[in-house]
Amino acid sequence: MSTSPTKIQSNEILTKPAPVKMTGAQIFLKTLEDLGVDTIFGYPGGVLLYVYDEIFKQDKIKHILVRHEQGATHMADGYARVTGRPGVCLATSGPGATNTVTGLATAMMDSVPMVCFTGQVPVPLIGNDAFQEADIVGITRPCTKHNYLVKDVNDLERIIHQAFYIASTGRPGPVLVDIPKDVTLATAEYKGIRKVDMRGYKPQVLPASGNMEKAVELIFESERPVLYMGGGIVASGASELVKRFAEKLNLPVGITLMGLGGFPGSHELSMGMIGMHGGYWANMAMNNADLLVALGPRFDDRVTGDLKKFAVRAKKIHLDIDASSIGKNVAVDVALVGDAKQALEKLLAIVERDPERARKYRESIRAWHGQIKKWREEHPIYYPQDMKGELRPQYVIQKIYDVTAGECIVTTDVGQHQMWTAQIFPFNKARKWCTSGGLGTMGYGLPAALGAQMACPDETVFCISGDGSIQMNIQELATAVQYKLPVKTAIINNFYLGMVRQWQEYFYGHRYSESDLTAGMPDFVKLAEAYGAVGLKCSKPRDVEPVLREALKVKKPVLIDFQVAKEENVLPMVPAGKALDDMLLA
Amino acid sequence: MERKHTISVLVENEFGVLARVAGLFSSKGYNIDSLSVSETTDPTLSRMTIVTHGSDQIVEQIIKQLNKLVNVITVEDLTRERHITREMCLIKVKPGAKAEVLKIAERLGARALENNAHAVVVEVTGDEEDLHKALEALKPHGIMEVVRTGMIAIQRGEHVLVGG
Repeated sequence: MSTSPTKIQSNEILTKPAPVKMTGAQIFLKTLEDLGVDTIFGYPGGVLLYVYDEIFKQDKIKHILVRHEQGATHMADGYARVTGRPGVCLATSGPGATNTVTGLATAMMDSVPMVCFTGQVPVPLIGNDAFQEADIVGITRPCTKHNYLVKDVNDLERIIHQAFYIASTGRPGPVLVDIPKDVTLATAEYKGIRKVDMRGYKPQVLPASGNMEKAVELIFESERPVLYMGGGIVASGASELVKRFAEKLNLPVGITLMGLGGFPGSHELSMGMIGMHGGYWANMAMNNADLLVALGPRFDDRVTGDLKKFAVRAKKIHLDIDASSIGKNVAVDVALVGDAKQALEKLLAIVERDPERARKYRESIRAWHGQIKKWREEHPIYYPQDMKGELRPQYVIQKIYDVTAGECIVTTDVGQHQMWTAQIFPFNKARKWCTSGGLGTMGYGLPAALGAQMACPDETVFCISGDGSIQMNIQELATAVQYKLPVKTAIINNFYLGMVRQWQEYFYGHRYSESDLTAGMPDFVKLAEAYGAVGLKCSKPRDVEPVLREALKVKKPVLIDFQVAKEENVLPMVPAGKALDDMLLA
Repeated sequence: MERKHTISVLVENEFGVLARVAGLFSSKGYNIDSLSVSETTDPTLSRMTIVTHGSDQIVEQIIKQLNKLVNVITVEDLTRERHITREMCLIKVKPGAKAEVLKIAERLGARALENNAHAVVVEVTGDEEDLHKALEALKPHGIMEVVRTGMIAIQRGEHVLVGG
């Protein structure tokens, strides 16, 4: 390059900074920095060495070294659920990339914003069965909202911006960006992009106003309404508006697994969770309603049960950002396609135009509330703990709520412990609850807890897990120890794949085929200690509270092995394929 | 009620888009009867014509799911509009009844592209009905091979499919 002074031709050149050339690896980090990313969860590998060399040279973005790429995806997922911002993860090509699939599918099913970067073999080798090559764009096409293969370094910056935009707008979801090794070394001008404009991607934000008028009219005409609230409310940050809306009209609120915390669980209008393991009263209300006001759910089969018998007497209003979610399982009377927050502001304004009508309406549905109360008294969720008897799992979960006063983030794995937590723990705030709802991913809880703890260092984070689930990603205890993340893991240990055993008990003649884990059960206390974490054990009801208090005192990751009654079941239960009001009761 | 639908889709002309569209059909268990795709006058855009069948509810889902794809710009179901459909078919027939085959071709407005001792290759263009007729007429003379392009469709009148 010439070092002689350049002759200035015009004023324009004076004011324009010289274009900055950077390597793909540098563009990658600079673009993430511009987007406000502070944490990446990742694992290095051959094709990512230029990227990791740049990570080494900077200190603006923190890189968390996981122990398995699946862990990285769930950490990014936990980070995203508690902050609402896209979680970011990084994995190498081939096996590193394929290990992200479960985490991507989990985020996809639960509409979690995530951007996953994978390394790829150099462009000339793609398609040649090169060492550690996998067609990850092909593999993840059905389990990402969108994905990219960056073949030219000049596209890298734009594609990263688009990936974040797609992940976090409309119905949020995971986006994968695959970057070949030679692209990370090639150089291009860094443009400092600030705006994304895509021809084919324009998320709709506001429903048609005529339909909103119609929806409010339907509510005023109803006598037995239920507000059926899903995860979309949490995703759009509309919790406060839903509360105002429900209070303004005195609507009883049934909450999906994904929606927990989106409406305060302790609120007098809350009926708690609905669906397969929802409360008797909540499911009876759903199926006897004459109107469902569905705000951000997707009529999942775990909520509706037998579709032919689901809320047959009810008219249905369905608000969702995703048009394809509306009318997919259940025909609706009024479709509202748009963002819940913006739609609810309009709906509230319509309701508030006539305060007298709203007041009369609130009065008019008193009898309906009376009926729901009666159902609640008939079959409450009940789990007496004999203080001298066996430890009951529900009691452990209740005590976690008590000792934290509910002021904590809770993640779970999948199974009985997940359903007990959803039934018992009254989530009162949004974004305090991370669970794999749609995909049902065992192994989600611990890494998700680490991601949540990274995002919220000052909060208490509890991972409630099972003896089966925890063993699927227990290696992430190493990550917790390395980064001093004081996550508390409570294993509800019944020595079984509990939910599988429960189904085998009820529907497969007590034949516990391959669901007994007793023989290989590790000593969790020693296991925790081997990783450098704290291990505690508890099997007596009286010890639960002291053990939990001790765990909270320690500023280290803690694993508590709660050995509980082996054959406790999650009840009530709607057997798969049955009608919502056809429940097995305690 | 199940019926045929002809759907026009304008997509960004990028690699992988066809796989996304086809993958959507296979992952949701929808059927594709025919799919044809080519670049438009704008080289950044491609146009697909997809013929599928299903109940109104299924086709509504297909259209919503197509709209959801990031590379998809416009989707229109032409079935409810006045539209023209065309498909081309190449039919290779045994040379035995050459004179008869050529007569049939002429009657159908088809062209013979090859005509020798080995085979007669006939090009037929038309709507589904025209192609059906041609195949039926040539069948008795020994069809050796058939290749079809898949349907393309365009709406009648001034309306055009435009990108956002």
